[in-house]
Amino acid sequence: MTRFRRRAMLTLLVAAPTLTVAGELLPTAAQAAVPTLPQLADLVDLGDVLILAGAPTAHMLVLRVDTDGTATLRLPRAEVGQGITTAAAMLVAEELDLPLDRVHVELDDARPELSSSQLTGSSNAIRSLYGPVRRAAATARARLVAAAAARLRTVDLRTRDGLVVAGDGRTARYGELAAAAAEPSLLVGPVITKPDRDLRVIGTPANRIDARAMVTGQQRYTLDLDVPGARPTMVRRPPTINGRVAAVANEAAVRAMPGVLAVAVVATGVAVVAETFGQALDAKDALVVSWTAGTVDGESDATVSTRLRAAAAGFGGPPLLGQAVDAEFDFAFVSHAPMETNSAIADVRADRAEIWSALKSPVQVQSGIAQALGMAEDDVTVHVVQGGGSFGRRLFGDAAVEAALISQAVGMPVKLMWSRVDDMRHGRARAASHHKIRVVHALGSVLSLDHRVAAVETDFGHGVGDAVTANAEQLPVADDLAFPNIVFRTTVKSPYNFGLTNQSLVEVPMGFHTGSWRSVYSANTRGAEEIVVDEVAEAAGKDPVAFRREHLKTARQRAVLDKVAAEGRWGRAMPAGFAQGVGFHDEYKSCVAYLVEIDARDPRAPRVLKATCAVDVGRAVNPRGLESQMLGGLTDAISTTLRAGLHIDAGLPLEGSYSQFHYARQKDSPTDVRVFVMPATGDPGGAGELGVPAAVGAIANAYARATGVKPRSFPLVFPVDFEPYPR
Amino acid sequence: MPQHTFTVNGRSVTVEAPDDLPTLWALRDKLGVTGPKYGCGINVCKACTSHLDGAAFNPCVTPVAEVAGRSVTTIEGLADGDTLHPVQQAWLEQDVAQCGYCQPGQIMAAAALLERTDDPTDADIDAIENVCRCGSYFRVRQAIKRAAELRRAR
Ligand code: FES
Ligand code: FES
Repeated sequence: MTRFRRRAMLTLLVAAPTLTVAGELLPTAAQAAVPTLPQLADLVDLGDVLILAGAPTAHMLVLRVDTDGTATLRLPRAEVGQGITTAAAMLVAEELDLPLDRVHVELDDARPELSSSQLTGSSNAIRSLYGPVRRAAATARARLVAAAAARLRTVDLRTRDGLVVAGDGRTARYGELAAAAAEPSLLVGPVITKPDRDLRVIGTPANRIDARAMVTGQQRYTLDLDVPGARPTMVRRPPTINGRVAAVANEAAVRAMPGVLAVAVVATGVAVVAETFGQALDAKDALVVSWTAGTVDGESDATVSTRLRAAAAGFGGPPLLGQAVDAEFDFAFVSHAPMETNSAIADVRADRAEIWSALKSPVQVQSGIAQALGMAEDDVTVHVVQGGGSFGRRLFGDAAVEAALISQAVGMPVKLMWSRVDDMRHGRARAASHHKIRVVHALGSVLSLDHRVAAVETDFGHGVGDAVTANAEQLPVADDLAFPNIVFRTTVKSPYNFGLTNQSLVEVPMGFHTGSWRSVYSANTRGAEEIVVDEVAEAAGKDPVAFRREHLKTARQRAVLDKVAAEGRWGRAMPAGFAQGVGFHDEYKSCVAYLVEIDARDPRAPRVLKATCAVDVGRAVNPRGLESQMLGGLTDAISTTLRAGLHIDAGLPLEGSYSQFHYARQKDSPTDVRVFVMPATGDPGGAGELGVPAAVGAIANAYARATGVKPRSFPLVFPVDFEPYPR
Repeated sequence: MPQHTFTVNGRSVTVEAPDDLPTLWALRDKLGVTGPKYGCGINVCKACTSHLDGAAFNPCVTPVAEVAGRSVTTIEGLADGDTLHPVQQAWLEQDVAQCGYCQPGQIMAAAALLERTDDPTDADIDAIENVCRCGSYFRVRQAIKRAAELRRAR
């Protein structure tokens, strides 16, 4: 949090990021499958676009070696549970030949000069950092070696465990060399990162560097920070999304409540500052407020569904050639619902502001806050704090902006926390979507896949949106794509040779608070396609695994499928009401398959009992962390496929608690999960979002096979089984 | 303003607060004990789970007046000095935490479970209601079983 001091050594390094293009695009095996031309996301995916956008500044990393022999990387990314600080520390440890426990990682404050390279999203943190962090560490190592050469008067030097070792056995510790290594006049040899065959840290499972802090309660999240004078603050929010305060009837009475320090009307509601959160909560509940209408007061599940269904064009009559397998799917809104609700600390003074929050897009949030406060960007300091989950949510800095405005209004530092109810009702959600899919097949071959998606508009008004827009002209497409279609087409593709393949998106702007939710469009789009793949296999009289195998495009994909089928004992006999299901997904240069077993004897109370996953990310920097991501993706898929969603009623979600929004609990989770990480084949691909779509397909397919019911509307079990909280 | 004296992690404390102030806010806002987390405030998410006289309780719905004269243990007080509790040790071995926000509550719930039964079944573990939005449940399950082993071996 303190600006780093130029105590020992600073390296600012030059990297040469390049736009990578996927290999292995053409089908290899001779097969009955009708080849599909490469799709845009095969050539350039969203991660590539963002890496390209960040390229000019990706090398502007700060790595410090201190006199105590530790190294500290200031990481311009957010850590929200995905383990990026651990992976980045591993990259440093690898290239610096320093034990992992002597590498520290701190989250960088917003650094406007970094622009698009200070963004955490689209599963690209490792992809975008892999080269630059290693080069930074390799440069530091080269400087330490050069300093040792001058001191020991030899060039016969190696490095290990934080030591430079001479051929004759003499050693120098990094800590002793740090100051000399920082000398600008030092003559430094070539900077070379290790060849793959020499990697010892990268690819070896490591535990999280912050695990001990987490299990001892020492990990500090935004609201745990002790910012002098910052007082607990909550906001009373409207009865419908985006309603505004018309009048507050009892402001004086609420001000007089115990512990209340200030009350202020802001754009989003009525803020209450108090001595404790308990008192702020009571006081905001006691407010009597009248409100203007919101932006979606007329919308409910039925109206949303009608509009989406109308927006996705139908297929008309039967196909001219072959037989069609047609299917339509509906997916409800889904709250991001990170465990740590939306929160931020703001200390706004007349001439400057200081902000603390978990932010994946801090540069853009800094400029948004400066604008909102009427200040220059330079006068706004934004600290990025480790977050309690995100799943896409923290691409938006709405809590930070709100806290800044409240602090300005009440003239004191504030510690803003959203209630869980507000976080679900007025926070953001994955947009509801409708899908029309037609697959045409003849004589055992698939001739075409046509998938028409209509979705409530997803808000990309954050850093990812800016970066994509700024780089759209670099995409190798003939036609001008509208914004949502750029994101859609650089993320969604089919892994199969299904002949003529067309996947398209129509967005319906509606005024809900939406945001990309782990795997953006792919969870629903590819999840639905995986269900259809099973149905086409059945129509063709083929086994679902064998059918996928015949149609996957690459050997690498087939290896993942084969692994999961073998390890998960695909095809083993199951009693009535139980079944296996399989799903596959390929995205961001990585691919994954899940094989799950479900108990759906009671179709209204299904439970996934067992899951096997095989994943190929090209190269797993930390296989143990990758397993965590695959486990998280599985739990997300169990939740959103079976029971977790939001009901919209007259302009507001009904759900306001985990007792109503049924994200999985321990009793809903498998008692046997195994993840197989495939051997490294190249550089790392994306991993954070990869798991969800394949797991959605596997779970839905298992459900279909266990119950005989075609899964069409998600979540599958979705009653309003609770009394909604008052608005 | 009423005063409430109780023990937190072995230390005697006195807070001035209304009787009905939830203990979670006495801990976090008055005493700076931030290990127990807010996730709902209504005894649903269990992120605040701590121990009251050795049994699991949820300070978000327990008025501070009710803990007067009693002993509260939060995640910060679970270890014995630098020696971690077997549950914490198992959590490290299994590398359970993702964002970590739910984990103080998960760990305190698991530690309380092991006080009740030293060899928990899958059904016992299923009964733990703590939400983990990162979906770390399977590792939580493995870690509880491992903690039971470590505990029996001590
Ligand atoms: S905060 Fe106590 S149970 Fe959720
Ligand atoms: S580790 Fe993030 S909520 Fe459990």
